Amino acid sequence: MSQTLEGLAAIVNEVAGTPIEDITAEKSFVDDLDIDSLSMVEVVMACEDKFGVSIPDGEVKNLRTVGDAVAYIDAQS
Amino acid sequence: MTDSTRRVVVTGLGATTPVGGDVATTWDGLLNGRSGVRMLEDERYTDLPVRFAGQVAVEPLEVMDRVEARKLDRCQQLALIAAREAWADSTQPEIDPERLGIAFATGIGGIVSLLDNYDILLSRGWSRVSPMSVPQLMPNGAAAWVGLDLGAKAGIHTPVSACASGAEAIGYALEMIRSGRADVVVAGGTEACIHPITIAAFAAMRALSTRNDDPTHASRPYDLGRDGFVMGEGAGALVLESAEHAAARGARVYAEVASVGMTADGHHIAQPDPEGAGAARAMRLALQGAGASPTDVIHINAHATSTPQGDIAEATAIKSVLGTSVDDVAVSGTKSMTGHLLGGAGAVESVAAILALHNRIAPVTANLENPDPEIGLNVVSGEPRKLRDGDAVVLNNSFGFGGHNVALIFRSV
Repeated sequence: MSQTLEGLAAIVNEVAGTPIEDITAEKSFVDDLDIDSLSMVEVVMACEDKFGVSIPDGEVKNLRTVGDAVAYIDAQS
Repeated sequence: MTDSTRRVVVTGLGATTPVGGDVATTWDGLLNGRSGVRMLEDERYTDLPVRFAGQVAVEPLEVMDRVEARKLDRCQQLALIAAREAWADSTQPEIDPERLGIAFATGIGGIVSLLDNYDILLSRGWSRVSPMSVPQLMPNGAAAWVGLDLGAKAGIHTPVSACASGAEAIGYALEMIRSGRADVVVAGGTEACIHPITIAAFAAMRALSTRNDDPTHASRPYDLGRDGFVMGEGAGALVLESAEHAAARGARVYAEVASVGMTADGHHIAQPDPEGAGAARAMRLALQGAGASPTDVIHINAHATSTPQGDIAEATAIKSVLGTSVDDVAVSGTKSMTGHLLGGAGAVESVAAILALHNRIAPVTANLENPDPEIGLNVVSGEPRKLRDGDAVVLNNSFGFGGHNVALIFRSV
């Protein structure tokens, strides 16, 4: 598990309570992890704080899976 | 559709209060004079004139999942805890969602969440303000969460009338069932607004007791030494059901919700009418609606906040309504132990009034050491008092800033 994935998994666990081991790259935030649009704002805020990146609203719709978010964060940092 | 003869009964009770985390512990505390008022340890209170409050006996996180709790304002957490207890206590009636309603009140709503997010706005900018802050601060949030939890679709309502809110919700629920809109309604009230600004604001009105050296004796309704109310937090909930619906499923029934009387003072924004005329009218309307006479009343859970003026105004009203029967009516002021739960008060005190009727025992009024001779009521103090058997009614009074008066009558079944 990459450091980014590990950090993101901790955030999703905090926001939605999903067990860490279930938070894998192919999982969809909405369909698999019970992250609604409000919770997604919380996830984005926490990622920006944790990884020191900026995720504009326009990008968020492209981050469908956990893997999408990890790739975006890794490309920014 | 409205059928004022359609009988409505109580089949479930729930509460989380400064005296106990559930109905059984709260009721035991009210019978035994146990105070839930404690010092506020946070240093933000150090320079305030009031440094104590009735804080819930069981922290929400002790009984609620962390992930669920973080979405909710504290008043919503308390509402859900009380509503779930009431629903379980009623043995969870099977009901068409479109026949299940919610009437859950608050006086102030999610003010602490709003203030916390304002602090974040100032310190970290708008982009860190929580996307949950609107659902947390909106006064109807508690009712909405209870409705989502139970799947209620007949309608979700939040009456707001300051310290009468919780009682008004029960009155609204009664009317919702009588009007034919629902067969079952979960009704209640919640409040969790203990914060330096609310303490400062009520203190600015000179409404709060300042007995900082002796907080458990600060709330003392009817006592000559009373010097204001004590802020409290908590929630109460009732499952109301049409008598038909309850009978069809063989539900245990605590009492009938016989009627509600609601009036306005038209006197002052925050002071009671000294004669208690509006309060008296609410009680008369309630008695009339219940088809009851003063001799049927065995117990009153009074509003009795421990303010110098308010206690006398209510006592004057009670005496004018009950006349010569007043000496036979056991009056309890349970805010002496819980503090004043504001929008939660009417609901928690209805739970207490219903249990007093159901168990035929009236809870105590704590801290009554030097009774104020102007009160002239038969106040239960020291020991809980046995109430007479037979057909009877009990009364619960709630009044709110703004001049709101709500009197509820519960009848034995």
